[in-house]
Amino acid sequence: MKVLNLIRLALLALQRNKLRAVLTMLGIIIGVAAVITIGAIGAGSTASVHNSLAGMGSNLIMVMPNSNAPGGARLQGANVETLTEKDLVAIKKEATYINAISPSSQSKGQAINGSLNWPTTIEGVNQDYLAIKNISLKDGKMFSDRDVHTYGKVCLLGQTVVDNVFPKGVDPVGKIIRFKKIPFQVIGILNKKGQNTFGQDQDDIILAPYTTVQKRIIASIYFGSFNASAKSENLSQAAADEMEKILRKTHRLRPAEDNDFTVRTQAELIQTLSSITTLLTALLTAIAAISLVIGGIGIMNIMYVSVTERTKEIGLRMAIGARGRDILSQFLTEAILISVTGGLIGILIGETLAFVIANALKWAPIIDKASIMEAFGFCTLIGVFFGYYPALKASRLDPIEALRYE
Amino acid sequence: MKKILELHDIKREFQMGSEIVRALKGVSFDVFAGEFVTIMGSSGSGKTTLLNTLGCLDKPTNGNYLLDGVSVRERSRDELAKLRNEKIGFVFQAYNLLPRTTALENVELPLFYNPTVTAAERRERAAAALQAVKLGDRMHHLPNEMSGGQQQRVAIARALVNEPVMILADEATGNLDTRTSYEIMALMQDLNQSQGKTIVFVTHEPDIAAFSSRTITLRDGRVVKDQINQQVRSAKEMLAALPQTEDYHV
Repeated sequence: MKVLNLIRLALLALQRNKLRAVLTMLGIIIGVAAVITIGAIGAGSTASVHNSLAGMGSNLIMVMPNSNAPGGARLQGANVETLTEKDLVAIKKEATYINAISPSSQSKGQAINGSLNWPTTIEGVNQDYLAIKNISLKDGKMFSDRDVHTYGKVCLLGQTVVDNVFPKGVDPVGKIIRFKKIPFQVIGILNKKGQNTFGQDQDDIILAPYTTVQKRIIASIYFGSFNASAKSENLSQAAADEMEKILRKTHRLRPAEDNDFTVRTQAELIQTLSSITTLLTALLTAIAAISLVIGGIGIMNIMYVSVTERTKEIGLRMAIGARGRDILSQFLTEAILISVTGGLIGILIGETLAFVIANALKWAPIIDKASIMEAFGFCTLIGVFFGYYPALKASRLDPIEALRYE
Repeated sequence: MKKILELHDIKREFQMGSEIVRALKGVSFDVFAGEFVTIMGSSGSGKTTLLNTLGCLDKPTNGNYLLDGVSVRERSRDELAKLRNEKIGFVFQAYNLLPRTTALENVELPLFYNPTVTAAERRERAAAALQAVKLGDRMHHLPNEMSGGQQQRVAIARALVNEPVMILADEATGNLDTRTSYEIMALMQDLNQSQGKTIVFVTHEPDIAAFSSRTITLRDGRVVKDQINQQVRSAKEMLAALPQTEDYHV
């Protein structure tokens, strides 16, 4: 029989029992809506983690000092002094997979402007730092290479620092603040970045040339860390490996020796955090999928009832020329029609819910075409799987007995 | 004259537990195109088994049955279904209309199983068949909105729609009152006489047999009588002779 006729016949049969058809669909509707919603929430949370980490910098690679002393007192990473100007020069010269690298030396202290003061952190960096960390300027300009060479007493302020050491309405650019008794001229204001994934205020910072911080404030030739930016996300790992090689060479480490530094890529961090949300999403989706299977069993149940109830109709259809396979395909079509219609409604509801939730949580709404197709295909499969046995039972009825069935 | 049915020594046996029940013990007769045959017999005479055999719903254990020149015995289940669809129009005692389905859709049903018929043609032919049984104004009525007689006429339209070589009726007036029975028989006679339809009508009422041109009587699985009716009664005249009732209008 033609597919169109099958669908027509199935529609006629379903119309005869609308309420039952809708109730049967409900199982599938709820199942699909749950799968879609949870999938979208999962994708949304992963994306939001990804976005907030991506805000840390562009394809960031971080190098931190690390103790490789096998015995004795082990020091905290920040207190280990292994990264030097020599490393920086070597990396700048030899590394091919990175766009830029900036050292970082930090010191905590009080920023003072007249009667106002604020405890904050000064970070010594070079002129490439803004590009590496994806920071933009709100006002003023970045310091120059010359400022780095001349230990220039210039700085850029994060918004939190501005808010706390300057009265409202005062333009800080060109003004002088003091940090650890050293006067710095404010030459720029950083755009607000907000909190990072770990809840740290990224705007509570003062940026200055690293030479100034090293020489005038902490009196050390060592760096707290390096931040570099790989040429692309795909090249992150290659860049990290390359940097490790360069640093091992400049640190003269023998092959058996451990690294006295750690190289981390942003991609790694993203992966670690996403894997948690991905696992959670998979778990929840699996639970939702169980409800889909239960919906399928509901279809099977109703199809069995329907076959028994319509035994006489089946007998009649066979008497007027329906073959076994016509009956089989008719009942199968009914089951598939129920599950697919339910699936479509479920997708609509699921997407709507996902949209509402994404809106409430201020995520970009994610409509995953693949998951819609999957849900659709899965519903068809459920219809076939759970509709097949009742349909087979119907197709094997003996027309004589079926006609006499009361 | 063309032979529509040819039965040669048809036997049908059923295994009931350890016993073998012989429902038909060698039935032979031919039916020619244009005949109106009634098959009579009391219950247990093998009437129903014969009907199932004639309707290609069942195959004989022994003997040969040719329907419109086609041998039924060596046909598969699917081929029998095709044969039923093309050559036989069934009319049942209990009408067997699909509930909550309009008259037109009920009549269309056999054409769904005929792949050569298009959707437009299906509708057209179903409408024409309903016109032929004078139900042109009831096309979109549901079975429960129609009287028993009307429902049986829908069933007859359904039997006609595929242009079968034979209409096979099983106690088609069994559920109807006298007047409505006569109406149905008048319709059958009209189909037989003016359109030349071959009709095989299974019944146990001698009253009904009188409207046919030939009566075959079964007893105990054998044909005991096969006679041409010399005086065929006209159902239309019988209907006219019935006393008029006030609540009845044709």
